[in-house]
Amino acid sequence: MPLTPPRLATWLPPVLSFAILTLVMELGLWVLAVPDYLLPRPSQVFIALYVNSAELGRSILQTSIAASAGLLASALLGVLVALALSINDGIRRAFYPYAVFFQTVPIVAIAPLLVIWFGYGLRTIIAVSFIVSVFPIIANTLSGLLSTDPALRDLFRLHRAGTWTTLLKLRIPAAVPHFLTGLRIASGLAVIGAIVGEFVADDYSQGGGIGTLVLVSIKELKTDKVFAAVLMASLLGLVFFALVNLISRFTRRHWHIAETRE
Amino acid sequence: MIATTLTDGLTALGPASRAAGAAGAGVAVRLQGLGRRFGAMAVVADLDLEIPPGQFLALLGPSGCGKTTLLRLIAGLDTPDRGSIRLEGDPEGRSRAYVFQDACLLPWRRVLDNVALPLELGGVPKAERREQARRLIQLVGLEAASERYPDELSGGMKMRVSLARALITRPRLLLLDEPFAALDDFTRQHLDDHLQGLFLAHGMTVVFVTHSMAEAVYLADRVVMLAPQGGGLVLDQRVDLPRPRDQDTRVSPGYAAHIHDLATALARWAPGGVVA
Ligand SMILES: Nc1ncnc2c1ncn2[C@@H]1O[C@H](COP(=O)(O)OP(=O)(O)O)[C@@H](O)[C@H]1O
Ligand SMILES: [Mg+2]
Repeated sequence: MPLTPPRLATWLPPVLSFAILTLVMELGLWVLAVPDYLLPRPSQVFIALYVNSAELGRSILQTSIAASAGLLASALLGVLVALALSINDGIRRAFYPYAVFFQTVPIVAIAPLLVIWFGYGLRTIIAVSFIVSVFPIIANTLSGLLSTDPALRDLFRLHRAGTWTTLLKLRIPAAVPHFLTGLRIASGLAVIGAIVGEFVADDYSQGGGIGTLVLVSIKELKTDKVFAAVLMASLLGLVFFALVNLISRFTRRHWHIAETRE
Repeated sequence: MIATTLTDGLTALGPASRAAGAAGAGVAVRLQGLGRRFGAMAVVADLDLEIPPGQFLALLGPSGCGKTTLLRLIAGLDTPDRGSIRLEGDPEGRSRAYVFQDACLLPWRRVLDNVALPLELGGVPKAERREQARRLIQLVGLEAASERYPDELSGGMKMRVSLARALITRPRLLLLDEPFAALDDFTRQHLDDHLQGLFLAHGMTVVFVTHSMAEAVYLADRVVMLAPQGGGLVLDQRVDLPRPRDQDTRVSPGYAAHIHDLATALARWAPGGVVA
């Protein structure tokens, strides 16, 4: 997997399609005379991006801080939980349903509850980002810990390796690719979680994140600014995904482990 | 040729291996009334087999007849439902080694640390186990690859790493489960020669599972054939070709006669010719 720069054939089609779509939208909205507050033309969104660049930049920074902290918490706690669940079948059957709860809980419904517990501000936003992103890490890491090659386990057994040694020298390293897959899924979710958290719990102390900016702009009926913020939010999700992908590629190359087949 | 260089190599390992290289250093294996079922299917049933110390035994049989099951029982990786397994001279089974069907290496470790793994699990200090691993890597002719990772090796090289890893504990009972089955003929013959050299130098007891009659006759002192469905041993033939065996052996009348005898015996036992 050499990290060569993408070739023309790779980046040209999406760039072209983006340019054409933007142009079609611009002309279409202009011809149909759709009011700006309903659907702004792409050119107006770009202008909004430029005009509000300072505010957008600050918001993105704040959201990425929250999302990074949420993702980090997910990675650390998710791995710990997966390790605990991998101890034996009984523990897994008893406690795995609680882990699944994190995936199925309607986050918008319990976010206000988190505000009661943690108050307005970064702590609650991080908590939401964590809750939304932790499950893929638990699930993938656990499946990695449990699916160690039986022949390798036999090898360790043959040489009388204890549970602890087998965990450290075999099961954990063998689970690394699975963990990375989980981390990649979690990276996008952590950004979404941070934005949802801001909807509910931002205290505007640092001027607010992307989620807050969307909320405020909607109240001010600045639809062009909403679109600019949403565009930046998607971009942030992409950047997170790309960064984690890079880390994952580097790790796999360094460890000489293959991509998990999924 | 290869056999003699390997003999020199192993004697260079030090006094312990020199002692192990003496005749009779292998473990005697005694299986009595051995039985193992999976669900309703008796894979091994009432099996008796005695392997004297230092014998090279080839275990032949069609796939699915229970060769792996039997080998895992001897290795202590599985427990029998009935009967007993006794390893004379090594009651605790501390000097068993097992070579798996695929090389079964840890992908995140260099060759050196893969080979050193059994010593590492046995608590041998790093410098010492690496030193030993280097010698074994040399023995199987992989010096140039000792810093490489498994994904940078060919199938034959991986198998040699696996062999080196199995030998690093100086086993007195070496169990191999179709180790070279996935390799091309050329590589396989080369590794067969390697294995013979190691056997001659080390004098351990070997149980070698294969589905190739030619490979069994080339390597073994004795060939036994396992029948499916707990049918037990249907053939037990000694191979008395002189050692070390080499390319000339493969074209000698004795070799051909042995294979012919095996084939006839098998045909008598299974006229339908269901043998893999
Ligand atoms: N752990 C197991 N559970 C259930 N059935 C098994 C197990 N191991 C082996 N068997 C069955 O026992 C039979 C013999 O298998 P095996 O010893 O692997 O044969 P061989 O190595 O000769 O090809 C096969 O039918 C296989 O499906
Ligand atoms: Mg088998």
